[in-house]
Amino acid sequence: MLDNTATILDVANLTTVFNTRDGAVHAVNGVSFSLAPGELLGIVGESGSGKSVTMMSLMDLLPSPPAEIVSGEIIIDGEDVRAMTTAQMRAIRGGKVGFIFQDPMTSLNPVFTVGFQIMEPLREHLGMSKRQARARAAELLELVGIPDAVIRLKDYPHQFSGGMRQRVMIAIALSCDPKILIADEPTTALDVTIQAQILELIRELRQKMGMAIIWITHDLGVIAGIADRVAVMYAGQIVEHAEVKELFRNPQHPYTRALLETLPKAEGERDKRLKSIEGQPPIMNAAPTSCEFAPRCAHAFARCHVENPQRVSIGEGHDVACWWDAKTGGPRDA
Amino acid sequence: MFHYTIRRLIFTIPTLLFISFVIFFILDTAPNDPTGNLPLTIPPEVRVKIRASLGLDQPMFIRYLLWCQQFFINEPLNMIEQWFDITIGDGTRLRVTSWSTRSPVVDLVVERLPQTLWVVGMSYVVGILIAIPIGVISAYKQYSWFDQLGTFFSMLGFSVPTFFTGLLMIVIFSVHLRWFPSIYDTTHKVTDWSSFVFQVKQMIMPVMVLAFFNAAQLSRFMRASMLDNLQQDYVRTARAKGLKERVVVLTHVLRNSLIPVVTVIALGVPQVFGGAIITEQIFKVNGLGQLLIIGIQGADIPLVQTLTFIFAVLIVLFNLIADIIYGLLDPRIRYD
Repeated sequence: MLDNTATILDVANLTTVFNTRDGAVHAVNGVSFSLAPGELLGIVGESGSGKSVTMMSLMDLLPSPPAEIVSGEIIIDGEDVRAMTTAQMRAIRGGKVGFIFQDPMTSLNPVFTVGFQIMEPLREHLGMSKRQARARAAELLELVGIPDAVIRLKDYPHQFSGGMRQRVMIAIALSCDPKILIADEPTTALDVTIQAQILELIRELRQKMGMAIIWITHDLGVIAGIADRVAVMYAGQIVEHAEVKELFRNPQHPYTRALLETLPKAEGERDKRLKSIEGQPPIMNAAPTSCEFAPRCAHAFARCHVENPQRVSIGEGHDVACWWDAKTGGPRDA
Repeated sequence: MFHYTIRRLIFTIPTLLFISFVIFFILDTAPNDPTGNLPLTIPPEVRVKIRASLGLDQPMFIRYLLWCQQFFINEPLNMIEQWFDITIGDGTRLRVTSWSTRSPVVDLVVERLPQTLWVVGMSYVVGILIAIPIGVISAYKQYSWFDQLGTFFSMLGFSVPTFFTGLLMIVIFSVHLRWFPSIYDTTHKVTDWSSFVFQVKQMIMPVMVLAFFNAAQLSRFMRASMLDNLQQDYVRTARAKGLKERVVVLTHVLRNSLIPVVTVIALGVPQVFGGAIITEQIFKVNGLGQLLIIGIQGADIPLVQTLTFIFAVLIVLFNLIADIIYGLLDPRIRYD
């Protein structure tokens, strides 16, 4: 953990299980992290590594049943989220914490105008009148770079392009001036030029509004450009966690290293095939008892198959959950 | 939207003309003899004269054109005369006349329509009012005991014919409990509280039988549509905005789910006018359905032709209305 005393978000040992007909699926297995005000934390991992489920668990957005938050502590701005009533929880959602989702094409309600959808949280959380909310909604649209905001408020989502819709989603997420913005793969569904625009927009808005951001992605390139810190997730656990530069310069976990190797290089390797990590991430039918990455790991040895490593600090703000020590190339002492 | 509506309305004219011809053609080629119900003692040459007096000695297309003139020109003129209390021309023109009752078919329809609208129409409204909340709750609490019960009753309502549920209700509520009359009294007039209570009592059984049947179908549509929409990403967005669950479900999800259901409801309205033939028979409601049955049994071709054509007009009209409602409810659909 970073030694930030003033944190806006503290998550400790969060565990989420899906109770399905074929037994429990352990999607999040003891995740801990914290977020300082104004900080941008990137969360990286393959599909199915539990990134989204972790963030949805924070705000109790998973349908329950089947999802169940088994244990863990979530403190947002000094308040214990898990002890909250439904109404208190609702006040946090869309109020202190804004969300942006992956697919802007389906994330907006097709039968309501964009204006109505931006005004909703304003009226719900800030108790604005219709007129106030409309004025603020127009400001927000302008803020996210949509021209002719006042006219466009009356338009429906299908009259916007994908990138524009994601801008609308951002406007909704930021409408109540949140302290935390959770962006769940906000650029994945967009084409590359639009991705760059959205990235730039969020960077700009972050400077203007100063909210902390959790950015979920599987794109290390995006993370390198925008994040302060990075947490790498695998099988519902954070396996490595460091400042962004440190992580790219000095990756410790074999999984992180493998992920970085899959990135195409800019020069010289054009003719080579892209690297990939062999195998699939596991579907967790039980809480982990060994290192879940071991079956795909090139450095795995006996201990990896019988004991699940916990995160240990190996430097300033850098911790890793692995029995293998990248520095010595052998087992870690502990 | 306006241009679209006009275009569609203009297009209905050839459609309806074609339908009217097809109906006429089918009825004419069907082995029906309007003199078949007359006593066997009538000699054949008299029968020929009777047929000639009904116009049956004319070729089919002449008879068809005459019907067209009577229905499309004479009847509307007659209606205008009645509404505005004026006389156009000399005021005498041939109307579409029922062979068996010798009274104008349109008058018969006007006479029968109130019963049908009251009983069948009310059952449709009640059915919708039952079906929508059941569909919404069943979908929201999928696989709960409420949903299971709803599924069971829908299956029941859908698969058990109305002549069975109707008779069952008569046996239970009329014969044994003696709560409601088994025969619908058309001549009953509502003048005060007690006569109103009687009207309600005699309507309850036919209305409930039909409402059960309608609700069974509609609640399944509603449930399926809700389930479809509850899975959508925009629902998660609405929750992430911190909206109340009631607002999420009843504003965001319901509004989307109603689009296909309202269309189904609109398409079902002509059946209300068509009457529920079986239910009307069982409860002796002399509505349009019963009129049609009598007409068919008596080979009363003008009556059957006109009634069937009116149903066809309603079906075409409500198809158009369903399309327009669809466009109004779903902003993604624009016809222009």
